[in-house]
Amino acid sequence: MDLVNARDLVIEFPIYGTKSRSLKNTILRAATGGAIAADAADRVVVRALDHLNFEMREGDRIGLVGHNGSGKTTLLRALAGIYEPTGGAIDIRGRVASMLSITLGMDVDATGYENIFLRGLILGLRRREILEMVDEVCEFSELGEYIQMPMRTYSSGMSMRLMFAISTCMHADIILMDEWLSAGDQDFSQKAQNRLTKVVDRAKLLVIASHSPEVIEKTCTRVIHLEHGKIVDIR
Amino acid sequence: MPIRPEAVITVARDQGRLKITVEPQTNRQLALEDLADGVASIHIWQALGWQEVIQRYRRSYLGPFWLTLSTGIMVGVMGPLYSKLFKLDMASYFPYLAVSMVLWQTISQVAQDSSNVFIAAEGYIKQVKLPYSVYVLRLVWKNLIVLMHNLVIVLLVILYFRPPLGYALFLFPIALFLFAANAVWVGIVLGMVCARFRDMPLIVTSLMQVAFFLTPIMWQPQMLGRYRWVVNLNPLYHVLETMRAPLTGTAIEPIPWIFVPCMTVLGYVLMFAFYSRFRARIAYWI
Repeated sequence: MDLVNARDLVIEFPIYGTKSRSLKNTILRAATGGAIAADAADRVVVRALDHLNFEMREGDRIGLVGHNGSGKTTLLRALAGIYEPTGGAIDIRGRVASMLSITLGMDVDATGYENIFLRGLILGLRRREILEMVDEVCEFSELGEYIQMPMRTYSSGMSMRLMFAISTCMHADIILMDEWLSAGDQDFSQKAQNRLTKVVDRAKLLVIASHSPEVIEKTCTRVIHLEHGKIVDIR
Repeated sequence: MPIRPEAVITVARDQGRLKITVEPQTNRQLALEDLADGVASIHIWQALGWQEVIQRYRRSYLGPFWLTLSTGIMVGVMGPLYSKLFKLDMASYFPYLAVSMVLWQTISQVAQDSSNVFIAAEGYIKQVKLPYSVYVLRLVWKNLIVLMHNLVIVLLVILYFRPPLGYALFLFPIALFLFAANAVWVGIVLGMVCARFRDMPLIVTSLMQVAFFLTPIMWQPQMLGRYRWVVNLNPLYHVLETMRAPLTGTAIEPIPWIFVPCMTVLGYVLMFAFYSRFRARIAYWI
């Protein structure tokens, strides 16, 4: 069965605060970005995703490619359930882990340990589940005693390591990523890559947006190429 | 709005629980689900609410008691002044003013926070799917925690002035519950309107300033003489009065106790209609 199925998926953003009159009845095609149009109520809208049809199956490793503003991030957010379709439909089956922003919910004044809980809760973990993973996160992030210190005392590399460790603890069916995550210095980076690869391998489906041809080449089995909110190519 | 033309029945194990969903889901079902999931996510909004309180005061000694202290100072200064101005007996006026101010701060803060609830949560909303109601419940929870701190003032005033409290005191938890219930629907509606129309948070701020003078907080309804009924037109009076009377030992007025439950029911009906129609738009508005 398909894990994700999109039929004529349309996502349109209303743009407020622009003079909709001046754009009335005009359809502009910008150099980048979705098509700017006016909807039935004469609002200015940006059509970020324009009638997409696709399905994603178990085992797929999907790369989203396209220029800035082609709709990659919007599509990831639609897959995460953040943007509900303005037209068409999208069905998503399974637990989704969105790794769109790994710094979300961090409180720099709280200790690393407290932040593990905060971030975990936001990711949808239960307290019990967090307790199970907390030791492993501490160990993996190599923070030692620092785990009991406020995060504002961390170097940027240290906080990245912690956030990375928490985010990669999730067991999910579907993993969404905006660019391949990386963290830390050379040694840690290698360790981090191994861990991320392991997490990704466990998941049934990976969708990753990336500008890097190597990442796409290395990880993906299928590629969806978006331009101006439309699919120009599925391989 | 999501349009889901085909019926799909999905059975999935979600964190050990069997979850069955029948699609297409109507906007009402989605709204109901959001509210139910929101309430069920108590571990999230409680933690986030606490977090917000702790965060703001992490490196201060008094913490949230700073608010208590500033309220205390305000009441301590205004009490003697206004009892002179209004030529009222301190022993009855001071507890009235103290309780009113503490409760008003909560009411006013809930209104202000509500107008920013979704705007402020933009970072969360755009990165992770949580029920929208979680943000509102977090806001209400946070304000209840702060109120608990401020009730210290009420306690001190009661101990010092010994107002004639009776069994009516038991009405306070009920009144507080009704207030919290109303705060939830107001938070959702106001939060959405303010996310869409960015002038609204500013309007709310000005209105609450005006409301401070229009609501019997510093003055008492009976001072209006034969125009006393006018206060009944102010919904904030009713909400305030249901919580205030049990703490000041004044007579329990029937009208607020009729008004507030009615407002709760009507508010939820309104909120649900509104939420069903516009919930999915929140992510697009912010």
